[in-house]
Amino acid sequence: MANSIRVLLDDIRKNRAIYLMVLPVVLYFFIFKYFPMYGAVIAFKDFSPAKGIWGSDWVGFQHFKDFFQSYYFIRVLRNTFLISFYNLIFGFPAPIILAILLNELRQKLFKSIVQTVSYLPHFISIVVISGLIIDFTNRGGIVNSIIMFFGGQDSALMNNAENFRTIFVSTSVWQELGWSSIIYLAALSGINPELYEAVRVDGAGRFRQIWSVTLPGLIPTIMILLILRIGGLMEVGFEKVVLLYNPNTYETADVISSFVYREGLAQGNDYSYTTAVGLFQSMINFILLISANSLSRRFSGNRLW
Amino acid sequence: MKLSATERLFDIGNAILMILLIVCTLYPFYYVFMASISDSNLLIQHSGLLLKPLGFNLDAFQKVIANPNILTGYGNTLLILIVGTAVNLFFTTIGAYALSRKFMMRKFLMICIVFTMYFSGGLIPTYLLINNYLHMGNSYLALILPVAISTWNLIIMRTSFEAIPEGLLESAKIDGAGEYRILFQIVVPLSMPVIAVMVLYYGVAHWNSWFNAMLFLHDREMFPLQLILREILVQNSTDSMTTGTGNANDTQAIGESIKYATIMVATLPILIAYPFLQKYFVKGVMVGALKE
Repeated sequence: MANSIRVLLDDIRKNRAIYLMVLPVVLYFFIFKYFPMYGAVIAFKDFSPAKGIWGSDWVGFQHFKDFFQSYYFIRVLRNTFLISFYNLIFGFPAPIILAILLNELRQKLFKSIVQTVSYLPHFISIVVISGLIIDFTNRGGIVNSIIMFFGGQDSALMNNAENFRTIFVSTSVWQELGWSSIIYLAALSGINPELYEAVRVDGAGRFRQIWSVTLPGLIPTIMILLILRIGGLMEVGFEKVVLLYNPNTYETADVISSFVYREGLAQGNDYSYTTAVGLFQSMINFILLISANSLSRRFSGNRLW
Repeated sequence: MKLSATERLFDIGNAILMILLIVCTLYPFYYVFMASISDSNLLIQHSGLLLKPLGFNLDAFQKVIANPNILTGYGNTLLILIVGTAVNLFFTTIGAYALSRKFMMRKFLMICIVFTMYFSGGLIPTYLLINNYLHMGNSYLALILPVAISTWNLIIMRTSFEAIPEGLLESAKIDGAGEYRILFQIVVPLSMPVIAVMVLYYGVAHWNSWFNAMLFLHDREMFPLQLILREILVQNSTDSMTTGTGNANDTQAIGESIKYATIMVATLPILIAYPFLQKYFVKGVMVGALKE
């Protein structure tokens, strides 16, 4: 122990400039990332600002028990899970399909136009996108006039809890489809063109080529991104939820993180209770990530670590 | 190469799909543009798709540009964006350089840094830290310091620094250059493309962010543009701009046009700059994708 400290001190002396440069980064992560992790102990306490984080009284798992028994537990868990799940099954394959189709385009100019256009929505602020969604789905909005054209009713779609998930998920896919495809396009550019030659000589048509060459070339990227996606499954883009939901749609829209924000900061100030709820979400995410990684390692050999 | 019938069918189907995608992506923006220059009284009676402007009227733009909230919002956003991005760039560059060098704590620090991408203390403890412990409430520090480093960008930059040939840095060292000199006179000039990418990523993030501002700022004069936009677009309050426009119907009509004009004013900088910057954005993802 004493020995390794001496080795470290030697290293610091030798690389003084490097350690000095890395110091602000260490401080940043210590203060803004690790201190909040320490602060999360208030989930097990009755936090009072006067007594501070450490001085507040312990209550054990009381806040967790309260949450699990509350009416909101099932609601926010179901909403978080369903929105994430729909986002996964619609949002995950879409950019893969887009990348494959882009890859099949022969016209270079056309390809780059499609790419440029499809990346654009990613850069528009979520506030503006949410404003557009609310406006277009309102009475007399574009979406309603299309619905009316097919014989439907004009209604304020965002005030109806039934529609929230559909609108939320479809617009998220719309916004991120193009941008998410970039990473697959990068993977596709790494595929050896001779492989295509080889299967073409064997008489493979376009679908066969996609199936036998393109898709296998994408599998490692797909697996890594899938692991990451599953690791973030409980993290619904909550800024968008907060912008789009209203008391009429809480029933289907309120997710864990929007609940934490509303009860912890916007309306109530129940810091300890909402920290417990947030911690519950982080723990589930972390467990999902580790499981997804080990499953993928076992079955496909692809892994994050 | 001669194409078979199925091949050609595939190409045509593919092209049609891509054109549909372009239309679906661009139409909302086209609609907003057409609506913003339309006559507001005609617009409010109209429902359905817009292919050309209804009449022509730029009143809404005048009202939006004359609105002091929008103007100060713009100014505040620019201030936060410039200072914030400079802070981002400084910390990310020195951090990424240090982490790309060989020293004993490197691996341990990288693990600690990457860990924070997958596990966090959560919203409430972070809020308490910034508001109650660091007392950054109602100051721009709360919008700049807590996001001083994006872990993802730090990793992209480190990866790019690691690609610089070791021999180049070694020989500079032998010539007596210190780490700071190596960083600022060799590594940074060689890394301008990735630095440009970082400026864009951080800049867009500052331009688009609203949540921290909503949490920590209380004075309206300090609000960035996105918070003002939220009031107008999401909470649907155009009152501050529609007062004195005559009867209730006119007020409602101009309010609708103001929303579209606001979107145009707030989004135009990105829409204009975007085609020129697009290839740099893509470069960032590519560098990120090539890690390990």
